Amino acid sequence: MSELVFEGTTYEVPPGNTVLEALEVAGVTIPSSCRSGVCQSCLLRAVEGTPPATAQAGLRDTLRQQGYFLACCCKPDGSLEVVRPNDAGLRHRARVARVRSLNATVAELTLECDAAFEYRPGQFANIALTCGTVRSYSLASVPTEDPHLHMHIARMPGGIVSGWVHDSAKEGDFVDLLGPHGNCFYTVGNFGQTLVLAGTGTGLAPLYGIARDALRHGHTGDIHLFHGSIRQEGLYLVEELRALSHTHSNLHYYPCVLEGPADAQTHVGALDAHVTSTLSTLRGSRVFLCGHPDFVKMMQKKTFLLGAAMKDIFADSFLPAKTVTA
Amino acid sequence: MATLYETLGGQAAVEAAVDIFYRHVLGDDRISHFFDDVDMERQAAKQKAFLTMAFGGPHNYTGADMRRAHAHLVARGLNDTHFDAVKENLEKALSELSAPAELIQQVLAIAESTRNDVLSR
Ligand code: FES
Repeated sequence: MSELVFEGTTYEVPPGNTVLEALEVAGVTIPSSCRSGVCQSCLLRAVEGTPPATAQAGLRDTLRQQGYFLACCCKPDGSLEVVRPNDAGLRHRARVARVRSLNATVAELTLECDAAFEYRPGQFANIALTCGTVRSYSLASVPTEDPHLHMHIARMPGGIVSGWVHDSAKEGDFVDLLGPHGNCFYTVGNFGQTLVLAGTGTGLAPLYGIARDALRHGHTGDIHLFHGSIRQEGLYLVEELRALSHTHSNLHYYPCVLEGPADAQTHVGALDAHVTSTLSTLRGSRVFLCGHPDFVKMMQKKTFLLGAAMKDIFADSFLPAKTVTA
Repeated sequence: MATLYETLGGQAAVEAAVDIFYRHVLGDDRISHFFDDVDMERQAAKQKAFLTMAFGGPHNYTGADMRRAHAHLVARGLNDTHFDAVKENLEKALSELSAPAELIQQVLAIAESTRNDVLSR
């Protein structure tokens, strides 16, 4: 008998039974379909204890490392505490430490949060204002390098959270932070692998976190970072990225704008074409894509056709004002 | 006796095959337009479920699922020519994975058995 804690209640899993079966017998409904580890609809997450390897076969590394497993294949060999995928995020109190503008429309919000907020650079978290509005933002900071959390926030017409950040947030204000969530982050290992990071607009935030995280872990393979914007003034962190590529010879930074004029180091043209013409093959590369949903969807296909394996393409698309209930 | 699924290499073989097969399908002008606005991850998961079935692995696929999943494509003109093109790509992917000829024929026969359901006949 293994002990299983789910949503605060303890259940027994008889030997040879799966977590899915044990919960169903107890009257708990978990979505399931194939019941054989293929469809992944029965995904749960272990917050205590380690699920057996067979329950994680076929899952992405990023999910595996966060304790996700398939309930239909999980015959536990020890006690487990598990949650549904969406309940994994805890609510944290965060204090505004600073707001600074990165360009005319993007501000960097720095939040101070308790150490219990453990995240991977590139994941996202939800900010909940006291009025109840919740918005998702990616984390551009790296835990060991930045003492606080950084988010890049573009001003949205009529945006409640972005309007608050740009117009009235000040040091000492408090917000609720939920998360972290998302699978778009660097997994340690395979240090010589080529990494390709491409994003539009504030899609740079997670990529900035991921690139620095990879460097910090001693990644030796080439890291190609493409950042696209409509016009030159939409780019940001340009100096920081140029400096970083000077100190790390394997980091290559490609700013790209759709419409000129642009400075000599900035490419003028479509970002997708710039990526595919700069890198002729992506066979064996790990790819991270962030930003506008149309861009992300198109690039998933293009990078896949250029040879990147499906499991090596990590994507995070920003839906405008994606409303999440707190 | 080992199943076809095990002989081909189980889950890992399915994953490798999905990558190669799907890349061929997307690159094939005869059929790629059917995939223009689909979500790649979800599509890949479906391909994986389908190949698991075609390899004789564990699955819950029914003819009715096949009909439902392809009805909107049939409405957009999916016909025998496209079905043949998909089969051709499947065969190519399996030979690239150096699967033995008789196993490839078995997989293609399983795929063929879904033709009428896929084409809503
Ligand atoms: S029910 Fe399909 S993977 Fe568990």
